[in-house]
Amino acid sequence: MHVAVITNCTPDTAADVAVDAGGNLKVDDKLVVNPWDEYAITEAILLKEAHNAQVSILTLGGPEHEEALKHGLAIGCDQAIRIWDDALQGWDSLAFAKAVAAAIGKLGDVDLVLFGKELPDIASDAHIFQTARKLGWTPLGFVAKIEALDPAAGTIRVKRQVESGTETVTSRLPAVISVLKDINEPKYPTFIGIRKAAKASMPVWSLADLGLDAAAVAPKAKRLAYQDLPKREGAVEMIDDPALLVDKLLEEKVI
Amino acid sequence: MEFELTEEHRMAQQMVRDFAQKEIYPTIKEWDHKHQPHPDVLPRMAELGILGINVPVRYGGQGFDYITLALVCEELERVDASLRVIMSVHAGLNSLALLQWGTEEQKQRFLVPQATGEKYAGYALTEPDAGSDPVRLRATARREGDVYVLNGEKMWISLATLADHMLVFAKTDPNAKPEYKGITAFMITRDMKGVTVGDIKGKMGVRAGSTGWIAMQDVEVPVENRIGEEGEGFYIAMSCLDNGRYTVGAGAVGCIRACLEDSVKYAKERYTFNVPIAQHQLIKQKIAYMQQWYDAARLLILKAGWLKNQGKRNTRETALAKWFATDMSVKAALEAIQLHGAYGFSDEYDVERYLRNAKGATIYEGSSEIQQLIQADYALGYRQDRPLRCELPGYDPEWWQSEN
Ligand SMILES: Cc1cc2nc3c(=O)[nH]c(=O)nc-3n(C[C@H](O)[C@H](O)[C@H](O)COP(=O)(O)OP(=O)(O)OC[C@H]3O[C@@H](n4cnc5c(N)ncnc54)[C@H](O)[C@@H]3O)c2cc1C
Repeated sequence: MHVAVITNCTPDTAADVAVDAGGNLKVDDKLVVNPWDEYAITEAILLKEAHNAQVSILTLGGPEHEEALKHGLAIGCDQAIRIWDDALQGWDSLAFAKAVAAAIGKLGDVDLVLFGKELPDIASDAHIFQTARKLGWTPLGFVAKIEALDPAAGTIRVKRQVESGTETVTSRLPAVISVLKDINEPKYPTFIGIRKAAKASMPVWSLADLGLDAAAVAPKAKRLAYQDLPKREGAVEMIDDPALLVDKLLEEKVI
Repeated sequence: MEFELTEEHRMAQQMVRDFAQKEIYPTIKEWDHKHQPHPDVLPRMAELGILGINVPVRYGGQGFDYITLALVCEELERVDASLRVIMSVHAGLNSLALLQWGTEEQKQRFLVPQATGEKYAGYALTEPDAGSDPVRLRATARREGDVYVLNGEKMWISLATLADHMLVFAKTDPNAKPEYKGITAFMITRDMKGVTVGDIKGKMGVRAGSTGWIAMQDVEVPVENRIGEEGEGFYIAMSCLDNGRYTVGAGAVGCIRACLEDSVKYAKERYTFNVPIAQHQLIKQKIAYMQQWYDAARLLILKAGWLKNQGKRNTRETALAKWFATDMSVKAALEAIQLHGAYGFSDEYDVERYLRNAKGATIYEGSSEIQQLIQADYALGYRQDRPLRCELPGYDPEWWQSEN
């Protein structure tokens, strides 16, 4: 059994984000491991413990994303791979999916791909489902629990959180899963793992390594510039008399 | 000269920070109010490997270096001194003593279960009538065949009621000249007949920590539990302090950081005269001093850690770092309270707890007065380090990290 976790670093939710005069995004703080991925990594390690699975952790991005890989290794992932190529600069979700799917293909024997629910900085999970589509595997989004997994039979049963409640689904492997916070309690790195991670060498797979060319991952849309939201302005007026309040609300067309 | 922490250091620091912040911080105030140890602290520190952080892997530890021990202590005391006190006695004063002075058999019997966290450990030197001047201790150990019979009372002992293994010091020769040559070290276990323990109530600080007393009445301690030779106890006790003080100082660095971080946050939130108080020069001065104390204390501690890694004697440097860091942590806490105004005077905020905790560290493991005498005596040439029969091993990554 081989499980792959896909992870990325994101700005800390407490970080100050601003746009400079040139329309570039400035984040004041260092990146952190995508908090959603903490659950995906832990779930992979739980599968490793339960099924003796091999766990690979992959990221797509520059060297600043190695932190997330090291974090995964320190918790117990067996190997880490960074996908990067200059042609991936400014990637969109489809380019991400193509490159990750190619890397999963290159690993060869992967049965299950785990993602955290979304990338919080862009609040998007499109790349997850596009990866499943590119692989031609079953996408199982918003998984709150892996209820059963039978590597020999090649089946999985999961509980998904859907708008109307929860839904239990069975599927054949291989599959692509996105996980929610309910799925586990994230593990800490172990000290032995930290030492392994600090010493680990992490190969970088380029587009050529993945058998892709730059045209295949060229983003369909180009981000030209960021813009700060206009500052909200407002004032508070305390109105004690309910009749006056109603008049005022009518006047402002609130009611 | 190299001032950068390694990747390993940083990851270990982050891991302990996450543990302390996520698992302990949210309820620490409650336990402090109750004067009770947080029940999860010891088992979780054991489970995560923190208790054996810098014990070689071959003795059940995690094989990290002495610098990591300091970083861990800083992170723990950033949350509460009671967490760091555990490291001081379990790891600094007891486990490292075994690493330095224990026979191979004693390392297997005591150090391995301590490093894995299966057993908790403490250090009992102080007595009701002997603190700063431990040569005056009254506990006795009388050799009778294959056992020593111990009698006496120990006081102000951290983890007295929780530790399984206790390194105690007693006089095998009450008439020895000089007196200190009559002291011998023993490892006693809490289950030995004649050992009774209890907690001390009413402490000003470290209220979420366990501090107590130990009474020994005709406790039969096998000869194999004697640590070092007969009459070597004073050297052992003092060498233990080289490691204990290191952890106390490193913890104080964490306390200063707590004062600084909390003060920076509050200074930006609290407005007077239409501006955040952070913009008043006198408030800036407090912040500036806290930063100065933090940086200087941390450098002194890391220098001592570097010496330990190199296997170099560090009695003076460690004592200086402990003295400076603990004194400055008290000052930082006082300034932090002042900066918080009335809120700082209330237990709604953490800064009053920092002060109550910080004060203890200027008393235990050599009071600030004793540290001053040590520094002066070195400077005046009244005190010199002499080689010890067993030296604390320097950090050799290969040996520390290999299984055997
Ligand atoms: C929370 C806490 C935890 C502790 N944990 C442990 C533990 O785990 N194990 C252990 O063995 N002990 C422990 N202790 C005891 C501690 O180490 C002693 O309290 C300390 O050594 C001081 O001794 P004392 O209290 O007897 O003070 P004393 O020695 O009576 O000193 C009283 C005062 O006189 C000053 N003084 C003493 N001699 C001189 C001098 N020559 N010149 C100038 N001033 C002097 C001191 O600095 C102090 O201000 C703990 C104490 C506390 C508060």
